[in-house]
Amino acid sequence: MIDKRVASADAALADVVDGMTLMIGGFGAAGQPAELIDALIRRGARDLTIINNNAGNADFGLALLLKERRVRKIVCSFPRQVDSWHFDKLYKEKAIELELVPQGNLAERIRAAGAGIGGFFTPTGYGTQLAEGKETREIDGRQYVLEYPLHADFALIKGDRADRWGNLTYRKTARNFGPIMAAAARCTVAQVRSVEPLGALDPESVVTPGIFVQRLVQIDIPDAKSRAQAEA
Amino acid sequence: MKKFTRDEMAARVARDIPEGSYVNLGIGLPTLVANHLPKDREIILHTENGLLGMGPAPRPGEEDPDLMNAGKQPVTELPGASFFHHADSFSMMRGGHLDFCVLGAFQVSATGDLANWHTGAPDAIPAVGGAMDLAIGAKNVYVMMEHTTKTGESKIVQRCTYPLTGVGCVSRIFTDLAVIDVTPAGLKVVDVVDGLSLDELQAATGVPLRR
Repeated sequence: MIDKRVASADAALADVVDGMTLMIGGFGAAGQPAELIDALIRRGARDLTIINNNAGNADFGLALLLKERRVRKIVCSFPRQVDSWHFDKLYKEKAIELELVPQGNLAERIRAAGAGIGGFFTPTGYGTQLAEGKETREIDGRQYVLEYPLHADFALIKGDRADRWGNLTYRKTARNFGPIMAAAARCTVAQVRSVEPLGALDPESVVTPGIFVQRLVQIDIPDAKSRAQAEA
Repeated sequence: MKKFTRDEMAARVARDIPEGSYVNLGIGLPTLVANHLPKDREIILHTENGLLGMGPAPRPGEEDPDLMNAGKQPVTELPGASFFHHADSFSMMRGGHLDFCVLGAFQVSATGDLANWHTGAPDAIPAVGGAMDLAIGAKNVYVMMEHTTKTGESKIVQRCTYPLTGVGCVSRIFTDLAVIDVTPAGLKVVDVVDGLSLDELQAATGVPLRR
C-alpha cells in the first residue's frame, strides 16, 4: 500500500543534512510551508542552499531560518523587501551568498529540472548585468541567454488537500512555485491541510499528481483566511 | 510648470488600454491604473504570482493571506478568474500572450532600453522580481514615470546609466509632462500636458523629440 503520510514535520525532515539544497515554496507568506520550515530549523542542518522567490519576510518561516544562520546561499528573485531585515543584515555582513535570478528564469529553471531539460535559451535578461558571462545565441533574429536547470535535494511546499498517494490541490495564489518545485526535487515534502481518502479529490482538479510528492505532513490548522480572521 | 497628477497619469495610461486586453500592472505608480480602467471595457488583470482576473482590494476584515498580488497586498478574484503556477504565469509573459504591461522606471533610452530594477549603488541590495520578464515579454511595454528626477534631470536619456532591465523593449512612455512613443525613427510626441509648449517639453527632455 502506498501511503506517503509521515507522522510529523520533524520526521519528514529527519534526513536533511548539512550542505543540502532545498527549494521552499511560497511567494512572500502565501504558500510558504511555515510549519515545515520550523521543523527544518529544529533539525539544525547548516550550510544550506535555499531556493525561494524571496529571502524571508518579517519574523516568520524562511526569515527565521536565515536569522539562525543556517543558510550559506540563497537563490531568489526579490530579496529586498520592507520586512526582509534578517536577510538584509546577513547580506550587509557578507554572511550570505546571493544568486539573483529574474523571476521567470527562476521558475523556468525549476521547471526545467523537473522536466529533465538540460538547459534552455531565454530572452529574459539579455543585455543586462544578470546575463553577464552567460552564453547567448541569436535564434530567428532574437537574442537569447542560456540558463541551466535548478535541482534540489528537498522541496518543502504547501498544498491544500491531498490523498495518501500524494495528489495535491492548492489554494488560490498559494499555488505559486509549489507544482514546479515538487517536480524538481529528489524528495518533495508537502504540508497539507487535509489528507483525504483515495477518490475524494476530483482527478480533474488535482494540480500536482502524486508521482511528484514523496512525503505528506498533515498540519491540522484552519486555512489561512480563517486563521487570519481568528487572529484579527 | 503644469504637470499631470499621478491620477491623471494613471487615467491617461488607462485610456490607451483597449477592450479585451490582458494586462500586468507593475508595483508602485502603475498600480494606480487599475482605478482608472474604463468600466465599459473588459480588461483582465494578470498578477505574476498566479492569477488572471484580479479584482480590487477586499473590504476590511475580508483579506485572505492566500490571495495576494505581486506586491504582496491582499486582492480579490473576479468571476472568471483563474489560478496557475509560476512557470505558466511567466509563459504568459515570455510567450507573448500578455498584451500590455505598465512599469515604473528610473530611465528610458531613446531606443527604448529600460532601467528600473537597480540603482547600481554599491551598498544597495539588488532585487529584480519579474521586471526583466515583463520587459521582454509583454507585447506592449508602457512606462509610467516622472519626466525628470528630483534634481531636474531628464529620465529620458540617450543611453541609460543605470543597469538595464531590458534592451529596446519600451513602446510608449507616459510622464507627468507628456506621452511619447518609441519608434524606429526616434521618440515621437503623442500628447503634452495642457499649457506646455513643445519647446518647453524639449527643454526638459534629454534627447531630441519628433512631433
